[in-house]
Amino acid sequence: MAAAEPGARPMLASRGMWLPLAVLALAGVVALGMSLAVGSASVTPEALWAVLRGEGDALSRTLVLELRLPRALSAFAVGGLLAVAGALMQVLLRNPLADPYVLGLSGGAAVGALAAMLAGLGGAVISGSAFAGAFLSTLLVFGLAHGTGSWTPSRLLLTGVVVAAGWGAVITLMLALSPSDRLPSMLYWLMGDLSYSRSPWPPLTLLLGICLLLIPLGRSLNVMARGPLQAAALGVNVRPLEWTIYVVASVLTASAVTTAGSIGFVGLVVPHMLRLVLGNDQRLILPACALAGGTLLVLADTFARTMIAPEQLPVGVITALLGVPTFLYLLYRSR
Amino acid sequence: MNRLEIRELVIDVPGRRDGRALTLSVEPGQVWGVLGPNGAGKTTLLHTLAGLRGPRAGQVLIDGRPLAALGRRQVARTLGLVFQDRHDGFPATVRETALIGRHPWLSAWQMEGGEDLRLAEAALERLDAAHLAERLVSTLSGGERQRLAIATVLTQAPRLWLADEPTNHLDLHHQTAVMALLAEQAGEGRAVMMCLHDLNLAARWCDHLLLLYPDGEACWGPRESMLEISALERLYGQRLASAEIDGAAVFVPVR
Repeated sequence: MAAAEPGARPMLASRGMWLPLAVLALAGVVALGMSLAVGSASVTPEALWAVLRGEGDALSRTLVLELRLPRALSAFAVGGLLAVAGALMQVLLRNPLADPYVLGLSGGAAVGALAAMLAGLGGAVISGSAFAGAFLSTLLVFGLAHGTGSWTPSRLLLTGVVVAAGWGAVITLMLALSPSDRLPSMLYWLMGDLSYSRSPWPPLTLLLGICLLLIPLGRSLNVMARGPLQAAALGVNVRPLEWTIYVVASVLTASAVTTAGSIGFVGLVVPHMLRLVLGNDQRLILPACALAGGTLLVLADTFARTMIAPEQLPVGVITALLGVPTFLYLLYRSR
Repeated sequence: MNRLEIRELVIDVPGRRDGRALTLSVEPGQVWGVLGPNGAGKTTLLHTLAGLRGPRAGQVLIDGRPLAALGRRQVARTLGLVFQDRHDGFPATVRETALIGRHPWLSAWQMEGGEDLRLAEAALERLDAAHLAERLVSTLSGGERQRLAIATVLTQAPRLWLADEPTNHLDLHHQTAVMALLAEQAGEGRAVMMCLHDLNLAARWCDHLLLLYPDGEACWGPRESMLEISALERLYGQRLASAEIDGAAVFVPVR
């Protein structure tokens, strides 16, 4: 029966919303705990608990609180940002294949960040430059896809793919021109790496803030997912909402890219998986994406740190290794 | 109130000259049918009346207030539009889809409540689609989707109904049921305007007709004065024969 299909879950979020969010939050806490305990030197659960209570020996404290916790929180924030950005783009384009990477936002952000790094600038300038790159991508994609007629999702996706390829070429050019001593860190950073991330608080605050901002927009997004004309007929101010989504997705992507470089597939796989299980109410899907995306990236980063320790893998490789087969399996199963 | 006024309106059909500006008023209780061949601008007219696209000239007024001055949400609380085309976005059930009709009535912070659900279910019931409530929209037939679209607007509960070929894909029984529903809406003091391809449904159920010619010409008025066979033949470029059956004029194309 059709009713048994995963996409047919009832939408009425008020009734069934808290259980999945609580489960995902619990999974996030477990993943964070694991990432604090596992590594080159293992910390037993008892020792971890002692450290979290403010006790424990100095070595464990340094290891957990100063090395592993900031990195794990950064991973959580970046995963959440990317998953929410992906989910938003999918609503905007009514296409489950939309993603900040596919549409060239990440590429633009990466070019912006790399340019700032090449110029020897740091900190806030890199973030600002990344956002400028992501937003320039947005303008390019939207502007070019719009052209003279109205834009269609497929045209927008194609424009995004082409723009993303263009950014890829610019990145290669910048790498070719950059001094060889900076090359390894830049390359690693392009593949996605959390070991360079600084304070986790800016991306975490942004993630929380955006989730709160999106709560009152949730039902409008549900209506938007049914097409702009239908949404307008039901009282949605379509153009402002579209631009809000695009700007928010740009900010989220830029923040994620400046924290951890280019990490693919999170924005594609996490929303897709959640939609299959939880249905399509954006009021549930968006916070669920924040939690599940964060959890996924914490796990992936823990894996990247430990798999061939003491060497580290770029976390983007792990997400791709997880993401590609999962995505293909889901796609195969749903047809 | 519930009056839709059209003043000197010229709709924007690309590549067509202005033609005749429309000035008419859809009063509470009236059922207007819009007739015309393919490409005459019927859908464009309805979209213009709903404020989804701008006119080339003229004004649309809802209860005396210009449409352009009303917010989208306020328009959506007053005026509902049954679309001709529908696009499936993400998978959704029939019940969820009907429930989005409540969107203009809920504040941003509100969740759909029991009352909203009751309205949606009553609308589905009215359209003979209650048994489909749990089904995914993508699994429905064309006629079932059409009834769902009408149920969604019924859930929206507008005072002015615009319907773009509301009988599309429907079998004979459901065609009649939908026309009766729209007539009932008018009977309760709402105003209804719909595009139709079926001349006989228009002759039977509409009390006013608007004829849109492909060159931008138009004429409108009470049904009796508009069902002139020569005017209709010119409208469609098709010879017609007519008879009266079951109290209404019936038109048949002549080979």
